[in-house]
Amino acid sequence: MNPRRKKRLLITSSLVVGLSLAIGLVLFALQQNIDLFYTPTEIIEGKNETGVKPEIGQRLRVGGMVVNGTVSRDPESLKVSFDLIDNRGGIVTVFFDGILPDLFREGQGIVAQGELLTATQIDAFEVLAKHDEEYMPPEVAEALEGMDHLKSNKP
Amino acid sequence: MLAEIGQFTLVIACMLALLQTVYPLYGIYAREQRAIESAKVLTILQFFFVSLSLIILSYLFLVNDFTVGYIATNSNSALPWYYRLSAVWGAHEGSLLLWVFLLSLWSTAVAILSKRLPVESIARVLAVLGLLSLGFYLFVLLTSNPFLRTLPYFPVDGRDLNPLLQDIGLILHPPMLYMGYVGFSVAFAFAIAALMEGRLDSAWAKWSRPWTMAAWVFLTVGIALGSWWAYYELGWGGWWFWDPVENASFMPWIAGTALIHSLAVSEKRGVFKSWTVLLAISAFSLSLLGTFLVRSGILVSVHAFASDPARGLFILAFLILVIGGSLLLYAVQASKVKSRGRFQLLSRETMLLTNNILLIAALIVVLLGTLLPLVHKEIGLGSISIGEPFFNSMFTILVVPFALFLGVAPLVRWKRQSINELFKPLLHSLLITVVLTLVFLYSFASHFTWLALMGVFLGFWVLSATCYELYLRATHRFSLFKGLTKLGNSHWAMSIGHAGFAVMIIGITMTQNYDIERDVKLAVGDSIAFEHYDFHFDSIQNMDGQNYTSNAGVFTIKKDGKYVTTMKSEKRIYTVQRMPMTEAAIDAGFTRDLYIAMGEVLPDGAWAVRIYYKPFIRWIWFGPLMMGFAGIIMMMDRRYRVKKLVKEEA
Repeated sequence: MNPRRKKRLLITSSLVVGLSLAIGLVLFALQQNIDLFYTPTEIIEGKNETGVKPEIGQRLRVGGMVVNGTVSRDPESLKVSFDLIDNRGGIVTVFFDGILPDLFREGQGIVAQGELLTATQIDAFEVLAKHDEEYMPPEVAEALEGMDHLKSNKP
Repeated sequence: MLAEIGQFTLVIACMLALLQTVYPLYGIYAREQRAIESAKVLTILQFFFVSLSLIILSYLFLVNDFTVGYIATNSNSALPWYYRLSAVWGAHEGSLLLWVFLLSLWSTAVAILSKRLPVESIARVLAVLGLLSLGFYLFVLLTSNPFLRTLPYFPVDGRDLNPLLQDIGLILHPPMLYMGYVGFSVAFAFAIAALMEGRLDSAWAKWSRPWTMAAWVFLTVGIALGSWWAYYELGWGGWWFWDPVENASFMPWIAGTALIHSLAVSEKRGVFKSWTVLLAISAFSLSLLGTFLVRSGILVSVHAFASDPARGLFILAFLILVIGGSLLLYAVQASKVKSRGRFQLLSRETMLLTNNILLIAALIVVLLGTLLPLVHKEIGLGSISIGEPFFNSMFTILVVPFALFLGVAPLVRWKRQSINELFKPLLHSLLITVVLTLVFLYSFASHFTWLALMGVFLGFWVLSATCYELYLRATHRFSLFKGLTKLGNSHWAMSIGHAGFAVMIIGITMTQNYDIERDVKLAVGDSIAFEHYDFHFDSIQNMDGQNYTSNAGVFTIKKDGKYVTTMKSEKRIYTVQRMPMTEAAIDAGFTRDLYIAMGEVLPDGAWAVRIYYKPFIRWIWFGPLMMGFAGIIMMMDRRYRVKKLVKEEA
């Protein structure tokens, strides 16, 4: 092999190795960080599209409406729990330790991200609330369609 | 009446944009000098009419004309006048008007400042810009008209501007960011014009370099402003969330960064030319993609405006036309572009190529992370979100080779470089880096982490290699001080820009590794202590404003028993929308920020309070400011004569 070809081979092969390494890394990192979105009913009965139920310990996002009168606080700390419901009637309980967003209210659509503790309980590390339908994530809006009568204390 | 005039001037501007596209190109085709020369006049006229339109809309906001639907939804008579003015771009319709206005502003700047370019080239560039303007005018007029009336039943008062947006950050952030986004259209137009002509030479790279740099400066500062705004306004104390819309602005920035580096090679060495053209096309296409993602409402984000399928469809079509058309032109014409320079494996060219490869890798990571949730949903696998850890870990990996090469690259010569000559400067830089890193971590780090060691090391590596290179260059022929004054603007720009990057890396590393976040329950009279600081909750104070009511928590901060400052953290309720807002109290400092945000009142009267200690967070924004400043210095380089021409115009 002449030196020029040898150099080219070196460059090409190092490119190929680098590229496959990079792709492998990206896919690995992706796999670890994809969180599926569920509605409360989907957590209980399995996803609409695939019918697969989430496993205990799995990280996921759940979106639904906070059921009136279910927000309960621990008097000593910032621990709080509340129930989420969707338009098909499934109810799950979310536990959270921290400061709830400004726009968190009973009867409001929210999204929580966290780990599934038991079949119907989620330990959330993040709770997001949006201030009205215009800013509500489409998934939540879908899950809440036709539930307006429940929003008794919406301003 | 005024609103109708505003709409009318917009229609005129739209027609002028059409003329600006067609007539000069016809002139080039038919060799009619007057038609070619008309490009400039048409551009300036178009700018005049779109400015009129924007001024009218601003005026209508100022006088609270709630018969205009857009104003009724986004303003209120109780809003202070400066927020009424910034509300012009507070929502979808107005921000698009701002977009076309800025596009026209850039076009006009090109028309006026490019006197040294051949008339025909300028005509082509302006025609391409006209075509882009035309697309956006049609978008505004057909799908998002800000002048639509709500007659006959107009509201007595407006629904108010979203309280999050009532802030100095919003007055500045969108125009800056848009200047950057839109500015890449100039680089794009130069590239397309050059492709149409089939002539890509160093002159082309030289012309488009200052324009690209200007756009990049605006984008850099715009993104930094946005990050700063999010930090103090959202009340979470974060500075970057990998939110899809942040990513939408970050992608053109990465492409733009690759572009300014690749342009430097194209100008100085005449190589990588077709790659540079591709980057110019990508940078602007990514700006358009960003607009599409934000405006169509298909992405879930804090920035997402109310969605309307017609808008999404229009931008998607426009996007396909622009990207498809330019790539087609590229495919046909790029083979004509010949790169003449040769270079060896160890050379500045290879270093800049490495920079580009790493930047593109970063770009792909962001693109993947942003678009994958969309694809996942569309192919029926359900909604997903991609967590911050994905982006964070990918960028942590990518920054290592990036920063290592960044330190070396300026020391390497164009064309070829012997390894032996490189050995001494690198060894010296390495020694300085190790010492600085250890001293820095010993002084400021509360405990040891490998990531912090790596990040700080990389930051100081870039910093010391950059300074060492400056020193070598300055003392090459003269004494140090005389040598430093002899260095060209471009050289200073490179050094300052790279130093800015180093500062940012150190800031990010320290903030991410050593910040302390406490969510605590505090009643008046309680205190909490950490990191030598003692936070005492003194009282709750009423601080009502013009259009909100507010309760502020007053805190006294002591460090090791000595009084430092008093901080007032507000919880506001905006009266019109009944929307609560957190106004965090921040005590900013060179080496640390203290941050207090009020949560909610708990049933027993105590408050949920968020207290943060953020080391070196200011560096995260100071770095990009340095980069922006470096860009400005580079544009002032004698080679580009921008400064001189500006003077002539004045």
